[in-house]
Amino acid sequence: MIGLAHVYTLAGIFLAAVALLSFGDRSNPRRFSSGLFWGLLATGFLAGDSLPAEALGAMVILLALVAGCGGLRAGQHVPVAQPLLRERAKRLGHLLLVPVLLVSLLTLAVALGVSRLQISGTPLVSPVQTTVVALGIACTISLLVALRITRASPREALEGGRHLLEAIGWAALLPLLLAVLGSVFARAGIGELLSSALTASLPLENHAVALTAYAFGMTLLTMVMGNAFAAFPVIAIGLGLPVLVTQHHADAAPLAALGMLAGYCGTLLTPMAANFNVVPVALLGLRDQHAVLKAQAFTALPLFVCNLVLLFLLT
Amino acid sequence: MSWLPLAGIGVVVFGFALRLNAAMVVVLAGVVTGLAAGMSPREILVAFGEGFRNNRFLGLFLLMLPVLGLLERYGLREHAAAWIARRRRVGLFRVLLSYLALRQLTAAMGLVSLGGQAQTVRPLLAPMAEAAARPGSGVLSEEAREDLRAMSAATDNIGLFFGEDLFVAFGAVLLMQGVYASHGIVLEPLEIALWGLPTALCAFVIHAFRLKRFSRRVQQ
Repeated sequence: MIGLAHVYTLAGIFLAAVALLSFGDRSNPRRFSSGLFWGLLATGFLAGDSLPAEALGAMVILLALVAGCGGLRAGQHVPVAQPLLRERAKRLGHLLLVPVLLVSLLTLAVALGVSRLQISGTPLVSPVQTTVVALGIACTISLLVALRITRASPREALEGGRHLLEAIGWAALLPLLLAVLGSVFARAGIGELLSSALTASLPLENHAVALTAYAFGMTLLTMVMGNAFAAFPVIAIGLGLPVLVTQHHADAAPLAALGMLAGYCGTLLTPMAANFNVVPVALLGLRDQHAVLKAQAFTALPLFVCNLVLLFLLT
Repeated sequence: MSWLPLAGIGVVVFGFALRLNAAMVVVLAGVVTGLAAGMSPREILVAFGEGFRNNRFLGLFLLMLPVLGLLERYGLREHAAAWIARRRRVGLFRVLLSYLALRQLTAAMGLVSLGGQAQTVRPLLAPMAEAAARPGSGVLSEEAREDLRAMSAATDNIGLFFGEDLFVAFGAVLLMQGVYASHGIVLEPLEIALWGLPTALCAFVIHAFRLKRFSRRVQQ
């Protein structure tokens, strides 16, 4: 059975290879601390299930220290010359798109179809986190196809991948760190604190106030937690169900959907949702760390207002 | 009840506002929150470690990087750009708007993994948008290119968010159903998902309007 553990091992091997290459890269001004960073991360992926949680926690702190002290740098990569790039693009044409589309299509196919296949009673693909496992399988197959199409060596793929990973740098770790912070916030009861602050300080017997507080509460808590999924149970249980449904007889189904969407507006506005708003900044090589957030703000704000109006009309 | 744990949020807000290294800020905020909530240093380490272990899947987009890195060395971005540049009538607005529509529709059918920042924005959408923005052999200013790429990323996010919530088997819909069910309100997933439709339409209209204005501004 192919499961999460295999996909983590795959990612760990890639990271370990990047770490080794970084150690030996004399064009990198901080090659030892950079190698240490990728090596630690590789360890987390390879041995995360067997290491004690304390050790993993210490590793997370060390990773943040290396990144925070500027210890993670990129080596110098020799880009392919423009004329050669254009010549290659012309020669390979649409074939170049095949591996990119394969990643998406295979992820879908594995997640939806192949995951039902069984070999003598054991499922071929683990039913836990199927999409993530499917992504791992899809990336592997698509890499093989890409190597075949370009007739390049695996070493060239590894160097290309390392170049991109170094360009992304510590932002690659950020979605993970934010999820960790989210779980610490949850343990410390931050959501409950904020929602009780909201309910204690506002005249919620007024229907309009309660509905507005519900929408703002979802948006703000999502911005703090970086994730509308974490905010919804807190606001629904603290404010939506006891005040709006029970006291004001709001319609429960649209209240849930529109509340969640108010949260989504918050996701567009917060650096805490790093995989959507910070990783692309690194991935696209943007100079302004908040460029994606700024591009989203003027869609998110009017949309929040529309959503609030819909809340008043539909619940 | 103590308000002390909220100090962690303060750390995050100040850290991000001052543009300090975000990885540091986030870990520091976690330590502050944990200490303020009365956790021992050991408990904080365990919370960090378990959080890392359970959320490792968030780092798996890096599996995409060797594929992308290799193809980019063989002209993937140049090919995507040349393909759009050959179609003179396909302007910037059409490229971005079609992507938004496709992303939203496919996400609403549950096909969220068809696109993404690493899967489609960097290799396809961004170079296509850049090519569409300079008909002929014009050159884009550094600033215009930065804006274009940011808007491409934003368009992917908006299409994804306001499409996926319409899909009945999507996590958000099931989460809402679950929270309600645990408090004695039983709803069908479809009943919840359908109420996302008006906002999804608003999102499309608002963002399409912005894309129209944005395209006009960039192409001038």
